Amino acid sequence: MTMTAHQETIDQADQPLLRVRGLSKHYGMITGCRDVSFEMRPGEVLGIVGESGSGKTTLLNCLSGRLPPSQGRVEFNASRHGLVDIYDLSEPDRRRMQREDWGFVHQNPRDGLRMRVSGGANVAEPLMNLGRRHYGDMRQASLDWLNRVELDLSRIDDKPRTYSGGMQQRVQIARNLIHAPRLVFMDEPTGGLDVSVQARLLDLMRELVRDLGLAAILVTHDMAVARLMADRLMVMKSGAVVETGLTDQVLDDPQHPYTQLLVSSVLQI
Amino acid sequence: MQQSKHNGHAPSIRVTNLKKQFTLHNQGSIEIPVFESLNLEVAPGECVVFVGDSGIGKSTLMRTIYGNYLASGGCVEVQHDGAYVDITKASPHMVAAVRRRSMGYVSQFLRVIPRISTIDLVIEPLLGNGVDPEEARSRAVSLLRSLRLPEALWSLPPATFSGGEQQRVNIARSFIREYPVLLLDEPTASLDATNRETVVALIKAALDKGAAMIGIFHDQDVRDAVATRHFDVSSFKMDMESAA
Repeated sequence: MTMTAHQETIDQADQPLLRVRGLSKHYGMITGCRDVSFEMRPGEVLGIVGESGSGKTTLLNCLSGRLPPSQGRVEFNASRHGLVDIYDLSEPDRRRMQREDWGFVHQNPRDGLRMRVSGGANVAEPLMNLGRRHYGDMRQASLDWLNRVELDLSRIDDKPRTYSGGMQQRVQIARNLIHAPRLVFMDEPTGGLDVSVQARLLDLMRELVRDLGLAAILVTHDMAVARLMADRLMVMKSGAVVETGLTDQVLDDPQHPYTQLLVSSVLQI
Repeated sequence: MQQSKHNGHAPSIRVTNLKKQFTLHNQGSIEIPVFESLNLEVAPGECVVFVGDSGIGKSTLMRTIYGNYLASGGCVEVQHDGAYVDITKASPHMVAAVRRRSMGYVSQFLRVIPRISTIDLVIEPLLGNGVDPEEARSRAVSLLRSLRLPEALWSLPPATFSGGEQQRVNIARSFIREYPVLLLDEPTASLDATNRETVVALIKAALDKGAAMIGIFHDQDVRDAVATRHFDVSSFKMDMESAA
């Protein structure tokens, strides 16, 4: 019996990393998302799927402190503050938490990169923002990360605008992982990538989740990516979560009419 | 019900009054009944083999026990850390924990991230449970050897492998950990006779160590070699009328 209790504490990792309650966002009369509640633990990958216009990106923006919700709470277990509603923090505190504890990978890499500084500097910058000053160490760390995302190292001193879309996306991913965040938000992160690079990044993200306890919220419309990456899925339609559960259960035995339609529409290769 | 050979042990799996039907909302909400009022217990050291005609729901039952399919009623309790967890009602976190440590599942298909080497795929379940990478690797090597997967393939991703080779990778991934509960859905379907024997030996060794197993095997020889008991899924068939 004590054994069970002990194992449970290990299992639950006790506190949630993120706790969302009754989150809604309205744009005037239009609903972005409504009444979303869920919890996440360290090392967990949550996939959010649904067709375009279903409220995935609105939800992601509310969760990541970029768009104040109309109602509800977004509580994050921040390393400096413990479990707090991120919208109760002062602007500077929230920004510092975002820098230290989070990463955000945009669908369009140009939204997440600084186009006027080199690719290498883009990757090293988050470390500099956290107060690191040893140039040699930072350069080594960025080389290491650029290697991990399989970027051609001879190009690191070039500006990102000279890169292909796939290269830009890889730089953006490296930039968002280098400071060992605890939670990464990803909006269609592998959408514009070659399948081979996509596979490498999926493997890399899985490794980080396992070894560092990184948690991720992954918005995608690619069911194959969702199946390989996400532990749990939330299916959204018209701003509401219509189904949630373990990824393989949601995809293999979908209950809601919309999820059944979504799953049966996937092309088999 | 027949008694198991490990008498006195609490069952590792306890299925009570289980019911499953599918509702296809986009095909006029048609109801497909599968089974109902299904009871089953599997004790440590037992290998219960599901029998019944094709399409009767053997795989559906197995997947419902694993939590891959959602039960329509009843419960599925699995021993996890000395207590029962009801898979049909547990939180996703709990089901994931049960699958990580207590209940393995071997399907006919290998579904993995592309471009990862075979050996890394095989040790993955161990790393996920915090086993030292060196030790994980040495266990993987001896397992792949016993499954006669050519050493030249170990560093390659299995995408280009033959069906039988992929299946052996899948088996290695599941047998590298000693899961107390193991579900086997046609693990020997595309194997030749020699490799089938190896898998039978792996299954028997796990049973001797007290694993509780449920299997679906179309191969008569394998079935005869490992089954401690047959379980006829067709006797719980749900009538069209009782589907609600």
